[in-house]
Amino acid sequence: MKRVRFWGTRGSIPVALTAEGVRRKLVAALRGASGRTFATDEEAGAYVDSLPFADRATFGGHSPCVEIETGGPDFVICDLGSGVRPFGQEALARDGGGPRTYHVFLSHVHWDHIMGLPFFTPAYIPGNRVVIYGGHAHLEAALRRQQEQPSFPVDFSTFRADISFVRLEPGIVHEIAGMRVKLKLQRHAGDSYGFRFESGGKAVVYSTDSEHDLGNRRETDGFVEFFRGADVVIFDAMYSLADAISVKADWGHSSNIAGVELCHAAGVKHLCMFHHEPAFDDASIARVLADTRRYEEICRTGAPMTVTAAYDGMEIEL
Amino acid sequence: MQCPTQAYADVLVATAAGRIDFAGAQVLEGALAPALVPDGPVRGIVIDLAGVDYISSVGLRVLMVAAKAMRARKAAIAVTSLQPVVAEIFEISRFHHVVDVRGSVREAIAAVSPDALAAYDRKDRR
Repeated sequence: MKRVRFWGTRGSIPVALTAEGVRRKLVAALRGASGRTFATDEEAGAYVDSLPFADRATFGGHSPCVEIETGGPDFVICDLGSGVRPFGQEALARDGGGPRTYHVFLSHVHWDHIMGLPFFTPAYIPGNRVVIYGGHAHLEAALRRQQEQPSFPVDFSTFRADISFVRLEPGIVHEIAGMRVKLKLQRHAGDSYGFRFESGGKAVVYSTDSEHDLGNRRETDGFVEFFRGADVVIFDAMYSLADAISVKADWGHSSNIAGVELCHAAGVKHLCMFHHEPAFDDASIARVLADTRRYEEICRTGAPMTVTAAYDGMEIEL
Repeated sequence: MQCPTQAYADVLVATAAGRIDFAGAQVLEGALAPALVPDGPVRGIVIDLAGVDYISSVGLRVLMVAAKAMRARKAAIAVTSLQPVVAEIFEISRFHHVVDVRGSVREAIAAVSPDALAAYDRKDRR
């Protein structure tokens, strides 16, 4: 595996940066630049790059879609949220759009994780192969249903790629696209599955839409083992701990605190917070990230763990 | 982790010391359990965290369970005397919105029960 690339990082529903949000960023940038002049685009770009992330950029608003670049000829993605639309365009552009195989790992079929499929251009192109893997029995039924009338005008049967479905058993190692792949059942309405991908001495875990009860030792130990020694864990950190275990208990999501504790226990190198709360603006997510880095520092007993908040377009080199 | 308790009229004061990790959370849970029985006489729980240098999510979960139980019977729960790092953990986890955070045990008792405050002051004088 070479890198992880994020195409959609928002949970529950896509969101967009508003006009007022852009205005706030411009005001912050202009105030920061007070009295300075920029002779070239490079100078202006360097100044922009020096600004805090929330002032110069956005975490983005597409719902979940994460690409794992394996170094092999096939594409590998996790989930078909709205982020799969720009992924599909990029995939076609990357090397001329010739016939390719797309391996898709579905955590579950809640709408935010499948809504991008009707806009996934490679699925309409003959010669392409799309293999959709998951732990649920109803993957195909759910994907066909979202494109039925009157919900969507283009039926699933319109796809011209060879689309197939493979149900994977948890707890078994599957050899797919040159990787060893394991699934883990997660606590979420209707169940969800986390995936652990290993190849070339690297391990990436995609674990979203997963609620954790850290008071349950057996369950916690199971996740620690699943995360063990991973280079990157992409983790559902949608809520604060207080919300996750009170007003939003049983909503099927987790917290930044749980992420740090589980990843520390598992010796993970990089915790990447994911499935951001749609009500949070960029400043809020940046604040959660700063808090989480501080919590990691407070509980650290060994080597420092990298903590990031995923954004649409972010890449993690493995 | 240790957590002895002392009753002052209708308020239970628990004095925690050490790390409230998985094992510590069980000690804390055991210390608070008698005050959480349904229809019990306790009108307030005060947890003195002056001697606590770390509390994990499992420990915070014990506080959440206690807060829900106390709130259900219109009783109060407070933590006091947080070390700076523990205060940070409360803010990061947003638990400062879950339980009342007070500067001292006396201040927390005073906010709940005049009878308990009188009992606490009497003991203090002895």
